[in-house]
Amino acid sequence: MNDPIAEFRFKPFREMTDEDYRLIGFRSGLEIHQQLLTEKKLFCRCPAGLYSDHYNAEILREMRPTLSELGEYDGTALMEFKTKKEIVYRINYETVCTYEMDDTPPFELNEEALDIAIGIAMLYRCSLVDEIHIARKQYLDGSIPTGFQRTTIVGVEGSIPYKDREIRIVQLGLEEDACREVSDRYHRRVYITDRLGMPLIETVTGADMRTPHEIAEVADLCRRIVRSTGQVRTGIGAARQDVNVSVTGGTRIEIKGVPRIPAIPLLTYNEAMRQWNLLRLKRELERRGITAETFRSRTADVTQAVRKTRYRPLAQALAKGFQARCVVLEGFRGLLAWETQTNTRFGKEISDRVRVIECLMDLPNIAHSDGPEKSLPRTEWKALRTDLAAGEDDTLVIVWGPETDVETGAKEIAIRAREAAIGVPSETRQALKDGTNGFERILPGPDRMYPDTDLPPKRITQERLERIRATLPEPVWERERRYRELGVPPDTIVPLSISPYAALFNRLVTGKNVEPVRAAVALVQYTKRLARRYGKDNGLAPETVEGIFDACIAGRLAWDAILPAMDAAVRRGSFDALSLPPPCTDEEADGVIREEAAFLRENPPKRPERFGEILIGRAMRRLRGRIPAPVVVERVRRLLEEERR
Amino acid sequence: MTANDYKGYRGEALAALQKFQAPVWSDVEITTDKGSFTGIILPRSETADPLHVVIKLRSGYNIGINAAGIRSITLQGRKEAHYKIPEKEFPYDPKKPRVKLLGTGGTIASRLDYRTGAVIPAFSPGELYGSVPELADICNLETEKLYGVFSENMGPEQWRGTAEAIGREIERGVQGIVIGHGTDTMHHTAGILTYMVQNSPVPIVMVGSQRSSDRPSSDAALNLMHAVKTAAESDIAEVMVCMFGPTSNMYGLLHRGTRVRKMHSSYRSTFRTIGDIPLAMVSREKITPLRHDYARRRSDKNVTINTAFEEMVSIVYYYPNMRPDIIDALIDNGYKGIVIAGTGLGHVNKPLYPSIKRAHEKGIAMYMTVQTLWGYVQMYVYDTGRDLMELGIVPASNMLPEVAYVKLGWALGQTSDLEEVRRIMLTPIGGDITEREPHNGYLILQGGIPEVEEFISRTWK
Repeated sequence: MNDPIAEFRFKPFREMTDEDYRLIGFRSGLEIHQQLLTEKKLFCRCPAGLYSDHYNAEILREMRPTLSELGEYDGTALMEFKTKKEIVYRINYETVCTYEMDDTPPFELNEEALDIAIGIAMLYRCSLVDEIHIARKQYLDGSIPTGFQRTTIVGVEGSIPYKDREIRIVQLGLEEDACREVSDRYHRRVYITDRLGMPLIETVTGADMRTPHEIAEVADLCRRIVRSTGQVRTGIGAARQDVNVSVTGGTRIEIKGVPRIPAIPLLTYNEAMRQWNLLRLKRELERRGITAETFRSRTADVTQAVRKTRYRPLAQALAKGFQARCVVLEGFRGLLAWETQTNTRFGKEISDRVRVIECLMDLPNIAHSDGPEKSLPRTEWKALRTDLAAGEDDTLVIVWGPETDVETGAKEIAIRAREAAIGVPSETRQALKDGTNGFERILPGPDRMYPDTDLPPKRITQERLERIRATLPEPVWERERRYRELGVPPDTIVPLSISPYAALFNRLVTGKNVEPVRAAVALVQYTKRLARRYGKDNGLAPETVEGIFDACIAGRLAWDAILPAMDAAVRRGSFDALSLPPPCTDEEADGVIREEAAFLRENPPKRPERFGEILIGRAMRRLRGRIPAPVVVERVRRLLEEERR
Repeated sequence: MTANDYKGYRGEALAALQKFQAPVWSDVEITTDKGSFTGIILPRSETADPLHVVIKLRSGYNIGINAAGIRSITLQGRKEAHYKIPEKEFPYDPKKPRVKLLGTGGTIASRLDYRTGAVIPAFSPGELYGSVPELADICNLETEKLYGVFSENMGPEQWRGTAEAIGREIERGVQGIVIGHGTDTMHHTAGILTYMVQNSPVPIVMVGSQRSSDRPSSDAALNLMHAVKTAAESDIAEVMVCMFGPTSNMYGLLHRGTRVRKMHSSYRSTFRTIGDIPLAMVSREKITPLRHDYARRRSDKNVTINTAFEEMVSIVYYYPNMRPDIIDALIDNGYKGIVIAGTGLGHVNKPLYPSIKRAHEKGIAMYMTVQTLWGYVQMYVYDTGRDLMELGIVPASNMLPEVAYVKLGWALGQTSDLEEVRRIMLTPIGGDITEREPHNGYLILQGGIPEVEEFISRTWK
């Protein structure tokens, strides 16, 4: 095909092949945000990882754009200012202090978090930074009360092996987490601040993934790499990824805050489709002679003209005293119904913008003459066309709302429509549940970076790097290869590689000659069972489990008593080998078996044919943990045989 | 190439840049023993170490690279930053009042200083309009930069200069004056301006910010809007401090210049009226007076500017175990006035008595204030107080220590007759001494108490 844009049509998700993605020039990269397992937050001494929706007080703030270090305003910043939001922060006294509320300057960077970040940068084989500089990355959406995120680069230009190639790691940063949004209605956005200030790392990969499935696989690989340190948080919200997608001729679009890796393929497919269809839309506009330069639109107040409309949403808005404006998009006929994503049309791109930027949030917030959604009756559109001297080839878009918002809303409609003649506008987009995405904000650029004047640069010494390197786990891909060679069961390899007990596995297998399968099963499957029984944070430390294995090795505990010993350790909070009953000798075991046999003869079981089985069970109840079960079985068998003779 | 081409670099870092002929603002690829880095070489803060080269990566982040590890620097171009607030001409509207903004420093408007890595003030009507366009809805703003100093560097020379500038502007017929000032010593300046500028026909509003204006969450813009609105529209013709009421972006408070104090090192709502209630609340929409005993705006120009000031005055913050040598040092160095911030109702220990007696005999004016800040000096209650008065210390009622300090300097500037000084000191000016302390003049809510928590959760902080 010479002109793929003209000829290639997106197929349903499951029918797309790798060749199809190659054809459209699919490119994708990841930004992975991963919280670190530290005791305290990054720039203050608030406890990390305490979440609660309960709050004691609220604070009201607003954000204004400021200049970047290179003397420019950032596009997103200006857009956010146009939005004019009141920001409300909910404060819980236990989880935030005056630092998070931007009423106290930062304390020194959390050294524990920095060590973890440097360690992970090493795992990603990054060039490490000698002197870190804290930067302020502007966020005018209010998600951080300062209006910026304190962030710093720890390493750049690393790589990880994937398939037969390397995926680039562009940079690894250490930064503070933002607030959780509670609601966003009209001109007021509410945040809860508990998560604010939590240390996290941001890993940025190159745009090296070529299909939606590759992104998910690489995201999972990265997840395993950071988890292999045992120094990152897990659970809901502890890891979130932004996914960048572009196609040939398109734009790098960021889909924000994808909480689950399995959601990635469909989301990126839809985004690629959206870009492709916007490029096709641009072609169509060109065919109609509409370019960014020749684009024409006009706007009129139609509050009076539509006052008797039979279209309910509009009638209800007017009843509230809202105004209505109509934008005439010349030559756009039919194009607002142009399909962009699965079951999503171009009209939604416009509606999204109006919703986010002008805070006209009650949907529908626009009505247009292109269908197929329900809108004004045909006669009303016809009357408006006459009023506004609009031709049959023009599209009419009505927007309604409070006077000040409706005016900027009408402008926004024309702005977004004109952008269709340019291509794919630079935006960040939010992931929606159905696998499509919606407009979030204009994509921020490097202009939003500003050095943090509150904290001096910090030197990373060679000694520090060496200390961190010495405690580093082996790379997860090497770990997994080694496990395979050791014969670890296949379904246990990946969980073990990211398990907090992975280092213990090494100690047991290489240092103490424990059978690899036995160790892997105990460390992965037994711990999983205990997690189900007692919860994830049941406090079973690797050192405790090691003590149990040591007891087995020393012969103080039977190998098949590991699970009960682990269970008991969770319940008691510790494991003490000294308090174990001593391992029993064969003679002692025989004594117990004889006693039990005598008891059974006096109290014969209902099913005499199961005498041996019941005897083993009774003996085991007294001997468990002191002697391996097979030994008991063997001695019962021998005893019964002797008696028979 | 000159030293300026390597702005701020010294030692090994400078040597490395010179070796590869890579001045600041060069777009470079640097190869080191740890890998390679691409970006623009930035100037370095003079207070930072001589070991690292700073570059701005393409992503906008800055990093430092150890000069000792640099193997090569390849130059790819140059991009110099021009940090400039977009300057737009301040629109003129003949129907709006004229307000003059006098700048002394502080962070009302500021930009990055590469030399020190800190922020430095920026200031012009165009720059202010560029960053706070709402000001044009309130008034016709003119600005004049008197000084560009951090507030700890304000002193008698700057106080005099500011007072004289206020006099000139009133003569020129402006409807209000705003003074941009660093917040640390704003209450000292507000105090002295109350004495140096008396009987003003227009509002004189001091304003600053607790978060510099290079931050999106800065309080600078809103404080400035409140101050300009007060100067343009209020009928309170006094020296005031206009800063955030709560930490929320809600309203500002107008504090009397003689009763205000900075009470927190970093909170936005740091300024509080002590021992009384503020003059008014101000929001973008309206000014709401909280009291009615203020001097009203007039249309005349009959202001009195009196800038005489005796600089040999000190303030002594008493602490247990203070030794007489502290007082002796002041006597021997020729000080003419001492304000003591005493404990409780106004006390110091016995060992100081002989030195205090000597100071009195040398003709040094001594006034007692309280380090509790709230409450009156009352030296009759305990023997210590009576003894100290015997020794020549004059109780200064409920004047704040800093206010008593600037007032004593101003009084000694008028006369060296101690009786006359005493008359000036004890005559209330601009509310520096009040006859009575209202019940709600002392309210420090105690966190944790259920009724306070309930109040806080119901109301904006």
